[in-house]
Amino acid sequence: MEPNLGVNLAGLELHNPFVLASGIWGSAAETLIRAGQAGAGAVTSKSCSVVPRRGHPNPAVLPWRGGLINAVGLANPGAAEERLILRDTQRGLRPLGVPLIASIFGGTPDEYARAAELVAQAEPDIIEVNISCPNVQNEFGVPFALDPGAAAQVTAAVRAVYSGRLFIKLSPNTPAITAVARAAAQAGADGFTAVNTLGPGMLIDTHARMPILSNRIGGISGPALLPIALRCVYEITQALSLPVIGTGGIASGEAALQMVMAGATALGVGSALAGEGTAVFQRLSAELRTLMAAEGIAALSEVRGCAHG
Amino acid sequence: MAETLYARMRVVRKVTEGSIGVTLILDGELPCEPGQFAMVWVPGVEERPFTLMNDTPVGLTIAEVGPLTHALCALNPGDWVWLRGPYGHGYPLQGERLLLIGGGSGSASLALLAKRAKLHDLHVRTFLGARSASLLMLAWYMADLSEKLSIATDDGTLGFHGSVLQAAASDLPWATAVYACGPEGMLAALAASRKPDAPPCWVNLERVMRCGIGVCGSCHCGSQLVCADGPVFAVEKVAAYLGSGHT
Repeated sequence: MEPNLGVNLAGLELHNPFVLASGIWGSAAETLIRAGQAGAGAVTSKSCSVVPRRGHPNPAVLPWRGGLINAVGLANPGAAEERLILRDTQRGLRPLGVPLIASIFGGTPDEYARAAELVAQAEPDIIEVNISCPNVQNEFGVPFALDPGAAAQVTAAVRAVYSGRLFIKLSPNTPAITAVARAAAQAGADGFTAVNTLGPGMLIDTHARMPILSNRIGGISGPALLPIALRCVYEITQALSLPVIGTGGIASGEAALQMVMAGATALGVGSALAGEGTAVFQRLSAELRTLMAAEGIAALSEVRGCAHG
Repeated sequence: MAETLYARMRVVRKVTEGSIGVTLILDGELPCEPGQFAMVWVPGVEERPFTLMNDTPVGLTIAEVGPLTHALCALNPGDWVWLRGPYGHGYPLQGERLLLIGGGSGSASLALLAKRAKLHDLHVRTFLGARSASLLMLAWYMADLSEKLSIATDDGTLGFHGSVLQAAASDLPWATAVYACGPEGMLAALAASRKPDAPPCWVNLERVMRCGIGVCGSCHCGSQLVCADGPVFAVEKVAAYLGSGHT
């Protein structure tokens, strides 16, 4: 029997578990819809904030041996404008049966809430809250994602204005990701995306004798992130029963199955689009189907979290 | 992927392009298809995409418009440039008679095409246009690679007085394929004027890029990514979006 790639993510039926990750392929309706047409199970828009941001100058995104490093700087047209883009995107994705995940960020809990109110008007299927940015009310600008209390405040602020599915995107850059996840869950989160980029890291050009990124430092993604993402998803799903979009270095069916066995319900795909484009979705689905057939797995739910023993 | 991301190359020759910019010939190679591009970095300044006007050795034609192009135009023989690439898809050679239409710095992406066409003994006619004679780029270079080189200037200071599209119109029936690069208004006009029986037409687009490798989506034109799906497109694939660019 042909293995079934379909998954149920917080009540949403996805044709397959592969989700276009936030920040990949930007936030134009046309490119997001194309990802859906190319076989993504769901599509995440680029993070937006109430206030538009230009982002950092180039070099801002670079390939390296282990994947990518980026310091785009959360460039976005602002949540009011993004809301219109998301409306067009949703119009294109609905007929395909591909859910839309809208990503937001802010500098304070209130900014998060205002961004959520705006993008909610486009009726996304999930709002994903990117909490890896600096908390401007913290003396040292510590990201919300590194502080369970701050993560809970943001979650509660968005929960207060949005009754739909609410996912929190967690950072791997904390020794206690489970504590952050638990705090967000208690504040009303329906699920998690784990994980955001690792680091920050740095690349240096030995001829120029300086960091290559204009921002000097940036987030690391791609294959280098996979083992860390696996561990984070494993820990979160061991502690909590909420669904997780496992994200980080998924570039093969093998990595995808590992992530499901760690406990993920859906699988974010980002850096793997480099060089391959949206063809990556068909390839990953085919590879995963082949692996499942070989392992005698009829549905991913059979093995979700099985690595926990 | 090698541990070093950029190839560092030295400027060996600098040619002034009218009053608008320079062509830099470097001491390295980036074998590529005509129309492909490299991300060019000047440490401490910025990184942006530039078409490779030649690949062996690398040549860059730069119109001075901002901080990075200002820094590149200020380089002299012996100075260094950092490049990663080549990226994207280039122009396919189609048929025996190639009509090349370049506007302003757009002529840079046609230079390697003309060179390759000559290598394959194809017939090349080139039309280059600019607002004024001093803003023309690479006319000196294209002359030797084209059976016919025609110049058009909006102000009539050199060649045909009018747009490069008007100048090239009478040669359209001759061509087995048309290749164009220049301001998007020019490309939009070219797309709009095409007749149903027109030969295949390829356009090379320019967009703000961050990654250059099909990840970030900054350079989209409709559903197409200029860096990964292009920068060369069959004109009908992008015609509806021409003019929407922010470069």
